[in-house]
Amino acid sequence: MAAQVRVLRQRVRSVRSTQKTTKAMEMIATSRIAKAQAKVAAAAPYSAQITDVLTALASASTLDHPLLTERPEARRAGILVVTSDRGLAGGYNANTLKAAEELRSLLRSEGKETVLYVIGRKGVGYYNFRQRAIAASWTGFSEKPEYSNAVDAAQAILPAFLAGSDGQVDTEGGPQPGIDEFHLVSTHFVSMLTQTPQARRVAPLVVEYVGTDTRNGPLPAYEFEPAPDALLDALLPKYITTRIYAALLDAAASESAARRQACKSATDNANEIIRKLSREANQARQAQITQELTEIVGGADALASAADDED
Amino acid sequence: MAEMQVDLVAVERQIWSGTAQMVVARTVDGDIGVLPGHAPLLAQLREGFAARIVSPDGSVMSVAVHGGFLSVTRDGVSILAEDAELRDEIDVTHARKAYEDAKARGGDSADALQELRRARAQLLAAGESI
Repeated sequence: MAAQVRVLRQRVRSVRSTQKTTKAMEMIATSRIAKAQAKVAAAAPYSAQITDVLTALASASTLDHPLLTERPEARRAGILVVTSDRGLAGGYNANTLKAAEELRSLLRSEGKETVLYVIGRKGVGYYNFRQRAIAASWTGFSEKPEYSNAVDAAQAILPAFLAGSDGQVDTEGGPQPGIDEFHLVSTHFVSMLTQTPQARRVAPLVVEYVGTDTRNGPLPAYEFEPAPDALLDALLPKYITTRIYAALLDAAASESAARRQACKSATDNANEIIRKLSREANQARQAQITQELTEIVGGADALASAADDED
Repeated sequence: MAEMQVDLVAVERQIWSGTAQMVVARTVDGDIGVLPGHAPLLAQLREGFAARIVSPDGSVMSVAVHGGFLSVTRDGVSILAEDAELRDEIDVTHARKAYEDAKARGGDSADALQELRRARAQLLAAGESI
């Protein structure tokens, strides 16, 4: 009996210490969401400006840059998967990886070979466990991505894309054939409670032809320094890098939101378990006291009747 | 004095926004001064140089621009940069040291060349002679 009470108390203590961890992680994640969202907002002016500039440039140049033209016989497609470095984020990584797998099978059904680029330890672990080859991976910044991280990824992927599947690029493991398409799988922050995984094609870029804006008249005739094609060469890689950076920021906000959500329910569940266990412990303690009382009363009765018999 | 809207945006943040009477920058084709009412222009800025923004009261603000583009539209001027620093954000002694170090190593490797350009842009923006 006494042993049962002790065991229950021990379990309450262990659940309580786990709860302390999840509670702390929940609070850290909450503060990180705000920071990540501030970073998303800070990066917005640049991406808006570069899109404007690119729009102006696209209407002036001939648009035959490799980053813009679709390749008729695409054979190899690169996929950049953005996952987190740590777990305890609910379905965050599982959902992203599922979206990546769906994209992979879609591309395979189109007869394309897939090449994996992975960001985040969880994604690296997932593919290593399944013994799938990873072309390149980057880890250690999923919660606080910086522009230089996006630059690192872009510097590995863009040369492979520009080389194409017929060309060769030098990688750490020797020369490899390049890629014809580049897709990005990451999580989009919809709200504090909802984050949805997204798979998008980043290169070749999808060119949208918009009609001239009737309110402001046709776009002004731009002067270009250097010539439009050379300018496009310089600008497009920066634009792709910006897209990767934006995806990293969005994913960081989503990761923190998912972690907050997961840790909040863990904390709530721990409360529930603690309540149930303490109730059980109290019942056991009460039962023990009752039993002891019964034993004492029974013992006293037995002694009293034994004394009566002697008389 | 005519004025125009100038935005200086880097990838990670908007660095400065306000009105100015002139913007001077060095593009890959040479120095250019942009006054209000300039024809729409799109230019790639040369690495390792500073841009100057002249405010309406005549004071000059220097900016070290790294990996930038200049876009002039009817609405104003925008400088897009991978990274940029205003004059008072620059640590001159640190930049001077980086410049000398990079120069000593020579512009042989891409890394050293990039550092050299970065430090030179910072020194120029801080008004130092090089």
